[in-house]
Amino acid sequence: MSTDTPDTSAVDAPTRAELAARVDELEAALDDATDDGQKKMSIIATKGTLDMAYPPLILASTAAAFGYDVTVFHTFWGLDILHEEKSGSLKLSSVGNPNMPVPNVVGALPGMDRVTTSMMEKKIDDNDTATIEELLETSLEMGVEFQACQMTIDLMGYDEDDFYDGVTTGVGAATALQDMADADIQLLV
Amino acid sequence: MSSEFDITETLDVKGASCPMPVVKTKSAIDDLDTGDVLEVLATDAGSMSDIDGWAAGTEGVELLDQTEGGDVYKHYVRRTE
Repeated sequence: MSTDTPDTSAVDAPTRAELAARVDELEAALDDATDDGQKKMSIIATKGTLDMAYPPLILASTAAAFGYDVTVFHTFWGLDILHEEKSGSLKLSSVGNPNMPVPNVVGALPGMDRVTTSMMEKKIDDNDTATIEELLETSLEMGVEFQACQMTIDLMGYDEDDFYDGVTTGVGAATALQDMADADIQLLV
Repeated sequence: MSSEFDITETLDVKGASCPMPVVKTKSAIDDLDTGDVLEVLATDAGSMSDIDGWAAGTEGVELLDQTEGGDVYKHYVRRTE
């Protein structure tokens, strides 16, 4: 008997149903792999000087405006940014930065950190730059998750109640690592 | 000045500097309905590039126009979804 289509019954070819099942399987795997399309950013904030407190907060609030899920994990002196009493009085170091208007030998004199910090605070005020507290509050309003590293809370002798409302405590490196693994952008500041 | 769209609301962020123009624009557009147009008034020169970049990288918003006159930068953003 002649036919227009070749006889494939002898070949071990998958059936249409098997192929359809395979396609469904691959599409499901693709959905899992691509997640829900939600963009994520993970920042590790380790510094507590006035100048170094800005980058994580500016990037966190901006990323939230872009629709990112943002987590900022604060550790060591980065905890001070989240500390209710300390965040409003972060200091600028007068030594170790060759761009400072005073030479290191003068900057090392007692009280110089206070002078350079005041100069910086005046510039921030004159330029209508947002304060650290404003950035923190804005970021919290926008859904940024701020985490305070438990190990360094204990190390610094802080209490969990010392931090702003909304700050997550009781988290460690594994939490941060999981966030970083899931994130599209990871930064250490 | 374009007249192809009606302004629903105006956000005045004059004086505010980075990142506040973008952050406040995002918050303001979230309060609007689909199709509404937000006018943003800023004095931050960086807002021209920042709001352009934000609109390009953000779902559900469309930058309609940006103008510069005097010391004020004006941005027009539509909520699309």
